[in-house]
Amino acid sequence: MSRIILTNLVRFVALVFLQVFLLKNFTLYNISTPYIYIMFILLLPFEIPNVLLFVLAFIMGITIDAFYDTPGLHAASCVVLAFVRVLFISITVQKDGFDNEPEPTLSMMGFRWFFTYALILTLVHHFFLFNLEVFRFSEIPYTLSRFVLSSIFTVFLMLLSGFLFFRKKERK
Amino acid sequence: MRNLLIFITKYNAFFLFLIFEIISLVIYIKYNSFQKATFISSTARVTGALYTQVNGAKDYLHLKDVNDSLAKENARLRGQLKTSFYKDTSAKHEVNDTNYKQQYTFIEAKVINNSINRRNNYITIDRGTLQGVAKGMGVICGSGLVGKVVFAGEHLSVVQSLLHKDSRFSAMLATGKELGYIEWSDDLNPHKGILKDVSNNAQPKLGEAVVTSEFSLFPAGIPIGKVSNLHSRQGGYSLNMEVTLAVDFSKLQYVDVVVNKLANEQAGLEAQQKKDE
Repeated sequence: MSRIILTNLVRFVALVFLQVFLLKNFTLYNISTPYIYIMFILLLPFEIPNVLLFVLAFIMGITIDAFYDTPGLHAASCVVLAFVRVLFISITVQKDGFDNEPEPTLSMMGFRWFFTYALILTLVHHFFLFNLEVFRFSEIPYTLSRFVLSSIFTVFLMLLSGFLFFRKKERK
Repeated sequence: MRNLLIFITKYNAFFLFLIFEIISLVIYIKYNSFQKATFISSTARVTGALYTQVNGAKDYLHLKDVNDSLAKENARLRGQLKTSFYKDTSAKHEVNDTNYKQQYTFIEAKVINNSINRRNNYITIDRGTLQGVAKGMGVICGSGLVGKVVFAGEHLSVVQSLLHKDSRFSAMLATGKELGYIEWSDDLNPHKGILKDVSNNAQPKLGEAVVTSEFSLFPAGIPIGKVSNLHSRQGGYSLNMEVTLAVDFSKLQYVDVVVNKLANEQAGLEAQQKKDE
């Protein structure tokens, strides 16, 4: 139990640092910016209570907001993300299927499931984020292209880190 | 009552979602105008200190560029020294200038946080109200216009850069003096702006300089950029043109905050006039 808390704490700090000090300066053709920090919310354990999930998502969003000078923007998107996560998991995973505290990682769940999971959640989060940020009808083509290309970039980085921290299945 | 409780616990995710979403949206809408967002922003103690630390390390990477720009500025300033002018009269005459009093002073500041790749970009600088920075002051750098102070803390301030969807500054064509206003182009290219609402009589040429006008926060004639495309957008009764910005926002290191000594007087008078109408 304490191991899970420690892992997630380290992951939180590491992802915030990575996002704020490295990826913030990072953009492809002025259009594609990755927001890898949402991986923290994706990788929380399956059995986390909903209250805790929403509180953590909110805290993560507000932390990123503090560094990006956009109070509330990332927090709102993260809360949407947490809600979609609850829905997605309740549809695709059986409740009593996991016993030894598994997390929804690439190594635990396999490529196909994790890819769908990451793709759908990232798309929802980015769509909400970019449209909340700009909110102008005249700029919809730019917003949409930023949304699609940034999502691809983010999912790519997520899969990359999933393979980087790949562990052999512990379940027998 | 009991059924209601069962209903709420069964769909608790949805209700939690509603609660947190409303909290975040309220924060977003209420603080987005940058009026009071002191506790969630890069001027706050923790984030500000972290940015200052990281920026200290980053500075080493930019030393060469900064040196180059300083050397260039030195050369330019040296050119304005009295000693570099040729004296062509032998009679000595002294000018005790009573016609010109200083209107603008400048506070130099260092950029400690900057972005160019978002729709709304802000710059954090390391000068605040203790050094005389106040909300609404203009900000320039060696090569041209940068933006406007939107929030001044004690030691740090936040500048809304020209690369922001709400940034709009009065500008004019350098040779014809035709007025217009400059905005960031909406394709999010950090090197391009759009000069809008120039009168149809103007005959702009490609490569003509665009500078700040007398009606801006800045001294007149601060460079903004050069006209790079005349047919960018048709604006009906007025001309719009694309401008290549003079400032490279990605390499911004040192800026100057413009203090207009007459700003208060002007604002006071204009408020008076509004009251009279």
